[in-house]
Amino acid sequence: MVRVEHLNQTFLRTKKLPHIWCPGCGNGIVTAALVRAVERAGFAQRDVVIVSGIGCSSRAAGYLNFNTLHATHGRALAFATGLKLSQPQLKIFVIMGDGDCSAIGGNHFIHAARRNIDLNAVIINNYIYGMTGGQHSPLTPAGRKSTTAPAGTLERPFELLELARGAGATFGARGSAAQPRQLEQLIVQGARHKGFAVIEALSPCPTYYGRKNRQGGPVEMLRALKDSSVSVEGASGLDPAELSEKLVTGVIYVKDAPEYTEQYYRSTGKEPG
Amino acid sequence: MPVEMITGSQAAATAVQRAGVDLVVAYPITPQTAIVETLAEYWARGELGGEYVNAESEYASLAYCSGAASAGARTFTATSSHGLAYMHEMIHWCAGARHPIVLANVNRAMGAPWCLEPDQIDSLSQRDTGWIQLYCANAQEVFDTILQAFALAESVLLPCMVVFDGFYVSHTYEAVDIPPRDTVARFLGPSCFAAQVDPGRPANLHGLIGAEAQSRLVLSRHRAMERVWETLREINDRFAALFGRSYPAVEGVACEGAKTLLVTAGSCAETIKSVLPALDGTGLLRLKAVRPFPARELRTRVEASGAETVIVVDRNCSPGLGGILAQEVKAALYGAAAAPPVQNLILAGGVDLTPWMLKRILDGSLFTGGGGPDREVWGVDLA
Ligand SMILES: Cc1ncc(C[n+]2csc(CCOP(=O)(O)OP(=O)(O)O)c2C)c(N)n1
Ligand code: SF4
Repeated sequence: MVRVEHLNQTFLRTKKLPHIWCPGCGNGIVTAALVRAVERAGFAQRDVVIVSGIGCSSRAAGYLNFNTLHATHGRALAFATGLKLSQPQLKIFVIMGDGDCSAIGGNHFIHAARRNIDLNAVIINNYIYGMTGGQHSPLTPAGRKSTTAPAGTLERPFELLELARGAGATFGARGSAAQPRQLEQLIVQGARHKGFAVIEALSPCPTYYGRKNRQGGPVEMLRALKDSSVSVEGASGLDPAELSEKLVTGVIYVKDAPEYTEQYYRSTGKEPG
Repeated sequence: MPVEMITGSQAAATAVQRAGVDLVVAYPITPQTAIVETLAEYWARGELGGEYVNAESEYASLAYCSGAASAGARTFTATSSHGLAYMHEMIHWCAGARHPIVLANVNRAMGAPWCLEPDQIDSLSQRDTGWIQLYCANAQEVFDTILQAFALAESVLLPCMVVFDGFYVSHTYEAVDIPPRDTVARFLGPSCFAAQVDPGRPANLHGLIGAEAQSRLVLSRHRAMERVWETLREINDRFAALFGRSYPAVEGVACEGAKTLLVTAGSCAETIKSVLPALDGTGLLRLKAVRPFPARELRTRVEASGAETVIVVDRNCSPGLGGILAQEVKAALYGAAAAPPVQNLILAGGVDLTPWMLKRILDGSLFTGGGGPDREVWGVDLA
């Protein structure tokens, strides 16, 4: 029996609903996972801030009933850095699209990771720029089609979590809209982690990525996501060839390192605020 | 000549293809995206002729163009609003480096908050950078201006921004005459400006200089802007001979003997033209070029008309001063014989200019009364 659990309505701006996302878009599933994660983590509503960039995914901020801030394209982490430094007690979730985070915002992404600042970056990766109508991003797999690469992109994608790890992030996890319970868990773990937490949430964009690349409708896209997912534990038994076809989900890495805001206040001897 | 029903964005892209561009660099932003998407399709079909790459941001787009232009390539990119603002450093840089890049900017408002409407503040904020700025009122003009822009930019060695309103021009389908590529080639041959990066003559480009040297460079750009008038006339003559259309720096409609002159840039002019026949004693001066600013021509035309009032329609505002074109028009009329008062209809935010709004402002009562001769009226306040 599937247990039906309603989202905490106080965390939603219900007057703003229905949302603008296309039928079958994964953004709603990821946003719901975030709402449940905030509740599960036990954070007070007034302590939570959502910062987002710009894109379909970033529209989530408008539906969430916390302090929310829509930033410029790619700069959400820079806005969030300023906010966290001035109010370190805040629990800040930064929602970004794959393009927003890794193309125009790539610089801020690696610097937030390098500082290990205590922010929770939730990247909704649909392999495409949804809002502007289906251009490829630095996370689009090579060969996949977009409106600016009608014959398929030649470019090699970033491996986002490895990029973050190389830059200094101390928590990296991957989940997907196909497994929202796991995603919720991962967001909770990231939020409890002290330091820069990166949660990559794979999510279908049936309207552009799906259509351009003949991925079927929302159901087929979610099924494909689910079928290709393998847990970190499950992945350990696979050989590299098998693994290259898979999407490894779960906590990919976690380690301890000094957190930037704490270090900063310790060095200045000042109290925040 | 083949006529097609296309949008302003498709007209821009088709002109770039016909122009025989060497490199297109793309980064999406509404309402510009259809330009680079159309060019991507040309490229994928093997019909672009030149190269096409996607960048990671607008800043990078213009930097790629700058690099290619250094090697003598004819380059094109397109953007809007925040994209143009993000390019700002490179916009200055490309003018300083004298790269004849052509950039299409589709007007859109600037945040915060986010707004997609066709305010002209994005391009007008870049008017002091040393780029030629040509404003278009319809899709045909977009097509023609892009071709002219390459010829003009490469002749005076300044970058050129071709500007048109978001949605009203970029997304509206209109009948556009599209000459075939070989006819266009008679107007615009392959790029032939000198490469700055020449493996045979290694040089250090754009290194540090002092105030006097910088002053001379700024002066040379200022002088190059002055050469635009003459060059644009020649280009228009050649263009008219081939295609039967031309676009002077200032377009005048029904100005002779007009009591009131409306002045604007961009597609507001189309709305004005459509109602002019019903408006007695009203004429239109449309600014095609905003940089260089056609001050002399504007002054001569206003003087010749004998108009009693000038009303500038500005879909933009410089807070603390007013509509930007109104300020430029006032400066141009300074010292003119019997300069008429310059009033200002401000449509900042991208507010639509309706025939009804025009009739209201032209009945005269709005601008009279308190507030002095140079009053401004905001379109949003006209209930
Ligand atoms: C400086 C700037 N350039 C371009 C844009 C246009 N733009 C808005 S959203 C977006 C990309 C969105 O893609 P992604 O981040 O992957 O999010 P999605 O829409 O897929 O959720 C772009 C290019 C902008 N707003 N600002
Ligand atoms: S375009 Fe794609 S990402 Fe945007 S709402 Fe539609 S399905 Fe979702």
